[in-house]
Amino acid sequence: MATEVIAGREISVDDEGFMTDPSEWSEELAEALAKEIHIDTLTEDHWKAIRYLRADFEETGETATIRRVSTQAGLATKELYQLFPKKPAKKMAYISGLPKPTGCV
Amino acid sequence: MPKFADETDRKVSIILSKGTLDWATAAMVIGNAAVSEGIELHLFFTFYGLDAVLKKKMDHLKVTALANPAMHMPNVVVGLPGMTAMATAMMKKMMKKQNVPEHRDFIQMVADAGAHLHVCRMTFDMYGYTKDDLYEEVEDVLSASDFLDLAEGGQIIFI
Repeated sequence: MATEVIAGREISVDDEGFMTDPSEWSEELAEALAKEIHIDTLTEDHWKAIRYLRADFEETGETATIRRVSTQAGLATKELYQLFPKKPAKKMAYISGLPKPTGCV
Repeated sequence: MPKFADETDRKVSIILSKGTLDWATAAMVIGNAAVSEGIELHLFFTFYGLDAVLKKKMDHLKVTALANPAMHMPNVVVGLPGMTAMATAMMKKMMKKQNVPEHRDFIQMVADAGAHLHVCRMTFDMYGYTKDDLYEEVEDVLSASDFLDLAEGGQIIFI
């Protein structure tokens, strides 16, 4: 298993860079992960998505898709594409320290 | 920087020529996957596929088991009245279980993600439709050659 040092902490990652151990995640680390993918500031709306993803993963064991976040977390599809440009599903999962989502919709 | 964070110049164009719920959904699933990967997406609705972007038809797309051996039902049975409605209801139930949105929600989601929706000029003229008949997110009515110009250099998927 590969590891990476982000914000001075060693974390376990897969070959695409997604964290493989959700317990290594912290809110502080999320800020650093966001910067890695050029999201310099995490706003309250970013956090709304991230907190939903973390809570949903804890409950279901799966990373929520864009559709799930938009219908359950109260953030419209358009907003998600603005908050996490181009690749919202992967970017949200990455910052939240979760595996990339496997669902199609 | 993680591998997925790179920008992409990929482009996908999907031609939807069928007006049934199953094939329209297939186009939306692939289209949704494309936009959520940051890929430029063009959807071109032609022939029966136009039903997927007609205000009056798009909420009533159906699926039929007729002449479809993969439905594993004899044609003589699925040709009976009411069978298309039944097949549609069953398909919708199965899709709901998989959290697949209703067609209008699905196409809206893909459009909100930045997809470009185009309608085939010939089909549009042939049936005598007007712009008012079209779903609001449709950008334009294009000739086949203009569509090919848009699709140049990308992947084309024909459904």
